[in-house]
Amino acid sequence: MSGRARRLLVALSIVALAGASFAGEIPQAERRSGYELMSRETRAMQDDDTANPGMLAVLEGGALWARKTGAGGRACADCHGDARAGMKGVAARYPAYDATLKRPVNLEQRINLCRTERQQAPALAYESRELLALTAYVARQSRGLPIDITADARTQPFLDSGRAAFYRRQGQLNLACSQCHDDHWGRRLAGNTIPQAHPTGYPVYRLEWQSLGSFQRRLRNCLVGIRAEPYEYGAPEMVELELFLMWRARGMAIETPGVRP
Amino acid sequence: MANALINVPDRARRGEIVEIKTLISHPMETGYRRSQLGARIPRDIIRLLVCTYNGTEVFRAELHPAITANPFFVFSTVATESGTLTFQWTGDNGFSVTETAAITVD
Amino acid sequence: MNRETSRREFLAGAAAGLGLGAVIAVTPAHATPQEMQDAIRKVVGSAPVTKGRVKLELPPLSENGNTVPLTVSVESAMTPADHVRAIHVFTELNPQPEVVTFRLGPRAGRARVSTRIRLANTQTVTAIGELSDGSFWSATAAVVVTLAACLEDA
Repeated sequence: MSGRARRLLVALSIVALAGASFAGEIPQAERRSGYELMSRETRAMQDDDTANPGMLAVLEGGALWARKTGAGGRACADCHGDARAGMKGVAARYPAYDATLKRPVNLEQRINLCRTERQQAPALAYESRELLALTAYVARQSRGLPIDITADARTQPFLDSGRAAFYRRQGQLNLACSQCHDDHWGRRLAGNTIPQAHPTGYPVYRLEWQSLGSFQRRLRNCLVGIRAEPYEYGAPEMVELELFLMWRARGMAIETPGVRP
Repeated sequence: MANALINVPDRARRGEIVEIKTLISHPMETGYRRSQLGARIPRDIIRLLVCTYNGTEVFRAELHPAITANPFFVFSTVATESGTLTFQWTGDNGFSVTETAAITVD
Repeated sequence: MNRETSRREFLAGAAAGLGLGAVIAVTPAHATPQEMQDAIRKVVGSAPVTKGRVKLELPPLSENGNTVPLTVSVESAMTPADHVRAIHVFTELNPQPEVVTFRLGPRAGRARVSTRIRLANTQTVTAIGELSDGSFWSATAAVVVTLAACLEDA
């Protein structure tokens, strides 16, 4: 365990006040998944497909993938075929730019776009069991693959917006995401180790939730934690931040379904 | 709609001790939590997991609210003969799920 | 932090320190070590409980009290004449002392079971092994329980 991890974070107010001494962006070579900061037991839970509670959602997603639905009576499989081939690499590229909406959409939104436009089925609610299961199933097909987000002329403005949000102080605690996740990762906050905040394992089985949850749910937890108004599910700010964080994690391997404390 | 993940080896030698893993989705609501308005959220848990091997009970777990959501158990049984392992979970509010797994014993 | 501090007090303290205010509503009463002893008595009756033969594996530091992996095993040949009938697990500071009871027998091959439990506080967990000859054996393990830093509204 590094010395950095052993050091205790004395009080959050000190972090909030000592903004001047920030270290800045994490160098590419020093990026580490939250997986590496977890205890041996929690890592074992993620590694074993027969013991990972997130796999229950993946199983369910597989069943939903094959189920005919909507006015068209079509299943995801009818267009996309076997997800193991058809969905391989997809989650690694999301959030992705949607030419019709002229903005990036995340995986949950893409699934709902398919449902409403192609299957003539109602959109699934955010954090609903079905949407989580389908998202987990699709993302699982990219497990082990490197996150593949590149900025281009279309996505750059949204990426910049997400980046600005990451570095902006907000909330009653007047904290920026970067202050914990760039400057103090590896140190402790109320008994937990602060991760670098790479969304490599979403949807993730969070032990605190005792259930699977989306990246947006986790982000809302963070915002509540710094006493900032959490963005609504599906808000453009959420997707922009997700885009930035996935770009920041480019090259790191997808771990879905991840397990995190 | 609960779903379950069972891990049993497909085949084993007679007399071999085989490891069985079970994972089932269930919130295991303890009955001790309160909503934001202060009302107690009623208990809703799985109370029992029974595993039978060709009809004979070989393992039983009696659960209380301290078992984590999505209950997970690893236990073992001696591979005596080919046949079916049956897993039945029962609990509050009429919860009842049965799953089976086949095993071939040489 | 005093090891006796309850989860509620710790959270209130941590929340105040972080400026979070009260994030948790009223928490339930805790069982006491005495209630755990009573629960154990209900299982063993008047028989003595001897420390030994039971091995309780828990992480000394848990990242989240909601999910703590536990493995309990009892030395036994697991023959029809001499085997483990049951393993009972108890806690002293959860809202109720009983955690789980495993009923085994010679068909188990070995007396070793794993699961995941909830621990409301830093506390000691007790496992009681019940053998076919009517004897009871025990082991304990202490776990420090840490909490998530960034919670959500209920």
